[in-house]
Amino acid sequence: MAKRVAIVGTGQTFHTSHRPDVNGQELINEAVVRALQDADLRMQDIDAVVIGNMDHFEGINYGDCWSVDGSGGTMKPIIKLTTGGTTGCTVAIGGYHLVGSGLFDRVLMIGWEKNSESDTSGAITTAFDPVWDRLVFAGAISGLAAEAHAYMARYGATDRDAARVSVRDRKHALNNPHAHLRRAVTLEQVLASPMLADPIHLLDVCPRSDGACAVIMAGEDVAEKICPQPDWIWGTANRHSYSYLGDADYGRLTSMREGSQELWKKAGIKEPRKELDVIELYQPYSFGGLIWIEDMGLVGPGEAPRYIWDGNTDMGGELPINPSGGVISCNPIGATGLIRCAEAALQVMGKAGDRQVPDVKLAFSSGFGGCWWTDMILHGRKKPQ
Amino acid sequence: MDRAAIIGVGMTKIEKNKVRETFADMAWEAVNKALNDAGMTIDDIDNVVTASSDFWDGRTISCMAVGDASGAAHKNVSCVEGDGAYGALYGMARCLSGSYKTTLVTGHSKGSEGVSSLITNAAFDPIYERALGMDMVTACAMQARSYMHRTGTTPEQLALVSVKNHGNALKNPLAQLPLQITVQDVLTSAMIADPLHKLDCSPVSDGCAAVIIAHESVAEQFRQKPVWIRGVSFCADSFFFGDRDLSRARALAEAAKQAYAQAGIKEPQKEIDVVELHDAFTYQELLWLEEMGLASEATAGKLLEKGEFDLDGRLPVNASGGLLSGHPVIAAGLYSLASVVRQIRGDAGGFQARKAKTGLAHGVNGLAGQSHCVFILDRDK
Amino acid sequence: MSQFPDIEPMVYHSKINVPYRWWAGNTASRFYAALRDEKIIMGTKCPACGRVFVPPRKACPTCFTENMQWVELSDEGCVLSFTVARRQFAAIPKNRKTPVIWGLIKLDGADTALLHYIDEIAPENVTIGMRVRAVFAATRTGAIQDIAHFQPIK
Repeated sequence: MAKRVAIVGTGQTFHTSHRPDVNGQELINEAVVRALQDADLRMQDIDAVVIGNMDHFEGINYGDCWSVDGSGGTMKPIIKLTTGGTTGCTVAIGGYHLVGSGLFDRVLMIGWEKNSESDTSGAITTAFDPVWDRLVFAGAISGLAAEAHAYMARYGATDRDAARVSVRDRKHALNNPHAHLRRAVTLEQVLASPMLADPIHLLDVCPRSDGACAVIMAGEDVAEKICPQPDWIWGTANRHSYSYLGDADYGRLTSMREGSQELWKKAGIKEPRKELDVIELYQPYSFGGLIWIEDMGLVGPGEAPRYIWDGNTDMGGELPINPSGGVISCNPIGATGLIRCAEAALQVMGKAGDRQVPDVKLAFSSGFGGCWWTDMILHGRKKPQ
Repeated sequence: MDRAAIIGVGMTKIEKNKVRETFADMAWEAVNKALNDAGMTIDDIDNVVTASSDFWDGRTISCMAVGDASGAAHKNVSCVEGDGAYGALYGMARCLSGSYKTTLVTGHSKGSEGVSSLITNAAFDPIYERALGMDMVTACAMQARSYMHRTGTTPEQLALVSVKNHGNALKNPLAQLPLQITVQDVLTSAMIADPLHKLDCSPVSDGCAAVIIAHESVAEQFRQKPVWIRGVSFCADSFFFGDRDLSRARALAEAAKQAYAQAGIKEPQKEIDVVELHDAFTYQELLWLEEMGLASEATAGKLLEKGEFDLDGRLPVNASGGLLSGHPVIAAGLYSLASVVRQIRGDAGGFQARKAKTGLAHGVNGLAGQSHCVFILDRDK
Repeated sequence: MSQFPDIEPMVYHSKINVPYRWWAGNTASRFYAALRDEKIIMGTKCPACGRVFVPPRKACPTCFTENMQWVELSDEGCVLSFTVARRQFAAIPKNRKTPVIWGLIKLDGADTALLHYIDEIAPENVTIGMRVRAVFAATRTGAIQDIAHFQPIK
């Protein structure tokens, strides 16, 4: 019989631009120790480890094997999942299935990255087909700029609308001691910041961070003994819709639309805007915060700017997005998707401190990366049916 | 716990250099073969797990290369970075967790496209070890030396593994290197890294394999009789060689123990009929057999000499020819799984074992067998 | 699998160029500073299980505890295993020509073994169990090559 699954503990490092004091597996260890403490478990209680990062950011092959000292995986089942930027979410989904299958009762998930160690753009460029796409692709920013322009052209949005998203997330980060960037920015500062790839300014995008995140999931037979109010996983969905850059429908995120439609159907969600209480969106740049919440079905096409300008997604608003400060405030890529999951869990569990949204019953977390891919998880306070 | 079964398998031929094919082409071939084998269409597949390595493919997010060809564009999909056996394990979990009924699992690599020494050197710790310049071959050579020292296994016994497996490959049209060779041939082939000669080592090949796994509630609805997964477990040892007893594989012993327990196997030497294990190097066949409890301590070499692991022996090991006869990294564990499935179905053609009700398939990750995954497959549930 | 038998298959050659600088971290940095400045090999000892690790660890991998104690190790030990490369594999540093001998050396005082070169001996004469001693490089920069190799102890 399949088991229902809940998050019973989370841990993160204090993410920052670079961590010269630790190597990768020592960084992982910090997050793992914190997650064990949060769940009041010991490493001996963990039945399996699921870990992910993006290889070419650390230059370590078989990184799951390499990092056993830090992950606590020595003489345990270890498996590595990696899917680019979506990795952190993929790892969470992996843990969910390993526990849900009944194979393991308590699984530790780890996402990590030491972006400071590599040339991020150089590494990201190798994601794309070497014969067709790689030679013309100039790192993640160029693709995002194309999406932003396509959206603006279709719906009349402006870079000012996008800047409002940056202002929101950077302000939210002030409440999050783990966030990398903790300084608010104004609209004017965003628009005046250096242009990276038109229309994307420096302050529209995420930083590169070193960090690790660990999440512990447990099956329903043990979850409530470990944690009286765990975060139940109501469902997961993902789409890796495209493999070639030219195939994508720029201006609309197909993977978010298809995946979220599947997720709402599975979970019986009819009006996500009303039924969700908080969203941790993997949003590596501000325009994504406009485009992708439309594809999620919160509001109709072209309606996101108005929705956001009205303050609906700010703390205290109808549906806060990225109370943690999101990816624009912090991005250790392999960890980032898992951080979204952990932050959503903290919200459901009521452990989110200064960034707590009141009375969270349903939360959504996502991962983004690859060729316009999206992974997503629905979290809930109640045990699912 | 619910049960799952393998209901379809597909493999490309293993070749030295598939110069006309991309990763996607190989996946397309293997996936279609698996679907035909199962009597399914891609619409019968609920979700997909691919297995690939960013280092071996020279591509970060290496799963992107095969997603479309694996039918994953509009499905839930994930990627395991590691041996395909781990992909199958995760694919199985996804069938048992209530979300999906069928999972398609693929694994690929093209050894012809990269420099294997540099790729495997990158598995060494960058701070303490990498600059010394070892790679998978020299790492395994060190382990071979350690194993031979502890057990008294001889170079001739290692060579016999090569003779047996390359000979078995003569009956497997998918194998890259079917060879009729002698122990002398192996011992006089060039010494690569002491104590491993050239013919003690697997080639680095191109290939892709796919398996389809189904939850028990649907497993019997398709063309093939299901081959049941009765046990599966995996385990990783310490990373630094100096932390491990390199002459052993305690992670494999643990994984095998757990898998046997799940399958209700008390005497593996009696109850396992056929084995496909990760023979990237000759010594590994002997070491892994001992650590899995399929041969008593330090006896595998002698049992091999007696013919026990031959196709018509007591326990056929690597009847397909094994990795020594063709080694697409990452895909390897899926080839092992597929070969055992065919044995159990009675469908292995020229390399069919006489008795094949219960089989063991095996995959390995990391340097010198740091991490192992063991499957117990059976005709019966 | 070939639909286009008359078309010559094209092959693109490329190299991925992703430069790295790995942070050694404080623990490794201390180890290397001792090698470079004092020609001393250090390990760390777990206060709970008492195991002494080299390379040193920030936290014990078994006990998962920090507060490791630094211990000075002998520069002598015995060979647990070894191998000899007879082919000039691509990963071998260009300034080392085959045959290249690597060994796992258990230094006196340590519970784990260190991977390094063995030199000043013919490959045929290397045995498991033989005693060796570290030879330090004349110029040391804080890297594993600050130990040049291990030599046999007569």
